[in-house]
Amino acid sequence: MPEIQNYTINLGPQHPAAHGVLRLVLELDGEVIERADPHVGLLHRGTEKLAEAKTFNQSIPYMDRLDYMSMMCNEHGYVSAIERLLGIEAPIRAQYIRVMFDEITRILNHLLWLGTHALDVGAMTVFLYAFREREDLIDCYEAVSGARMHAAYYRVGGVYRDLPDVMPQYEPSKFRTAKDLDRLNSNRQGSLLDFIEDFANRFPGLVDEYETLLTDNRIWKQRLVDIGVVSPERALQRGFSGPMLRGSGIEWDLRKKQPYAVYDKLDFDIPVGVNGDCYDRYLVRVEEMRQSTRIIKQCVKWLRENPGPVILEDCKVAPPKRDDMKQNMESLIHHFKLFTEGYSVPEGEAYAAVEAPKGEFGCYVVSDGANKPFRLKIRAPGFVHISAMDEMVKGHMLADVVTVIGTMDIVFGEIDR
Amino acid sequence: MNDSVQTTPEERLESLADNLREQFEAKGCEISSALGEITMQVPREQLLETANQLHDDELFQFTQVIDVCGVDYANYGESEWVTKDASATGFGRGVDKKGLQAGESGADRFAVVYHLLSPSLNHRLRLKVFVETEHPIVDSVINVWNSADWFEREAFDMYGILFKGHPDLRRILTDYGFVGHPLRKDFPLSGHVEMRYDPEQQRVIYQPVSIPPRTQMPRVIRDDIRPLAQEPEE
Repeated sequence: MPEIQNYTINLGPQHPAAHGVLRLVLELDGEVIERADPHVGLLHRGTEKLAEAKTFNQSIPYMDRLDYMSMMCNEHGYVSAIERLLGIEAPIRAQYIRVMFDEITRILNHLLWLGTHALDVGAMTVFLYAFREREDLIDCYEAVSGARMHAAYYRVGGVYRDLPDVMPQYEPSKFRTAKDLDRLNSNRQGSLLDFIEDFANRFPGLVDEYETLLTDNRIWKQRLVDIGVVSPERALQRGFSGPMLRGSGIEWDLRKKQPYAVYDKLDFDIPVGVNGDCYDRYLVRVEEMRQSTRIIKQCVKWLRENPGPVILEDCKVAPPKRDDMKQNMESLIHHFKLFTEGYSVPEGEAYAAVEAPKGEFGCYVVSDGANKPFRLKIRAPGFVHISAMDEMVKGHMLADVVTVIGTMDIVFGEIDR
Repeated sequence: MNDSVQTTPEERLESLADNLREQFEAKGCEISSALGEITMQVPREQLLETANQLHDDELFQFTQVIDVCGVDYANYGESEWVTKDASATGFGRGVDKKGLQAGESGADRFAVVYHLLSPSLNHRLRLKVFVETEHPIVDSVINVWNSADWFEREAFDMYGILFKGHPDLRRILTDYGFVGHPLRKDFPLSGHVEMRYDPEQQRVIYQPVSIPPRTQMPRVIRDDIRPLAQEPEE
């Protein structure tokens, strides 16, 4: 009898299905996974160490680069931890803007997840559809912050500036006909809020489009149903959060259970899965996109009716108005101090968590009273999820590893930090 | 739904703090609450027992560990801004607070901080365990909460804190063959080595860093000067 040995293969770090730089050492028995050992850290940039050497505000752009698919949600977690330490609260309008952009971010993230997940499993079209809508949402980011992805829009004490009254339009170019240009600019005639509202009205129909491609698709179901099943008990034990936890049937959403910003004033539902397999998590996330649209609509309505300040008028944490700075000596000093030394945060420690698209994103900040954080710990949802990789793929086929990576919605920016 | 979920967050926090005091204060744990969060400092010998009770007890039901991380309290509360040499009178702005102690346990430099969550009772708790400076070792809670697995590996990687009973305590985020623990306060921001491709040897090599250490903005510790937090002047 010849001795049969398990076969060890190396998946990644340069593999299109590895969603970045995941290196996965797989031990196979035939085509069945015996053990999976994810090697992470290939994108480790030491964000936490860097933050210790920078003033509080200078670290906000680093937050965008953590989970680079849900930029503003990360900023929200970070600024709310600092706000808690400072004992301040953003103006109500800023909170609505934050919630609206959190939900825009959620849709952005889920669209990318849906597109790439489907692409990994073998469906090409959804990817192209999803990126069509992402374009519109990224334009919203650009309109409000000037940057298409890494916005750095949320600040301690509010958001950087109010929503613009005009939506940027496509410019004539030799690659576009006049007819195309008119079509592209047709919903960009009004303000940013008009554009977002138009999007929110259009979007549920577009989600239907994705669903016709996938939900009852035989191949999609063959690849997803009963793959990577996680029982509710195991999901808790493995520290899952967000759609990964809800897919297993546990109704837990920070937006409902521990409401932050203005989520307690908004009406939305929490979708929950039943079987805890990849297909349920797919359904949960698709429904979340619809619920996000509902939240966005309510925010747009409120924001139209209630103008007001979007950042605290406390010059010790938020910069003074530009005109003031040019006219007023004290404002100039404030501005200078704020952008050089920053502000000192009282001694203490705080943990603030937000429901990011991937799960609970939290920031634990320890301050010793200085203008820089003493310790910043970033709790990334993906880090916990991928640590359950071994458990989720054990006993599955090699091809299912790709499905499981997809369903975890992994982004290495946040896992490796 | 459980009754306790229907109550307000403040009431839940209050009752949790009371329960914790009742159960754990006798064992030498210190419970404090600040900024709407409860922190319990646990003596390191008690950690495993406390963790088990927090996980299993009907009163607490902390079924999830949200986060485990190390903290290095070296240089806590120290300003970087040396101004006395620069000017005897002009730049007296840097404030030196030497009186601050590194945590309540005095000499212990490292701490491990656990953030717990109970989805069923909807409350959170922060556990803090100070570990010895020379031999930073603490019991692993991996058997209580499986998700502590990678978090403990990370704390080991970043701070060199050892977890007794962890089955697979390897480095996780740093490079293969990395030396040192990067988040310790005595580890320089730019690191010790840099990597480049050497065309002569035709391979990637490591060499000592060529970046000079530099601080863009000194670390300044000030009293809270915001008008909101200040007492009204007479």
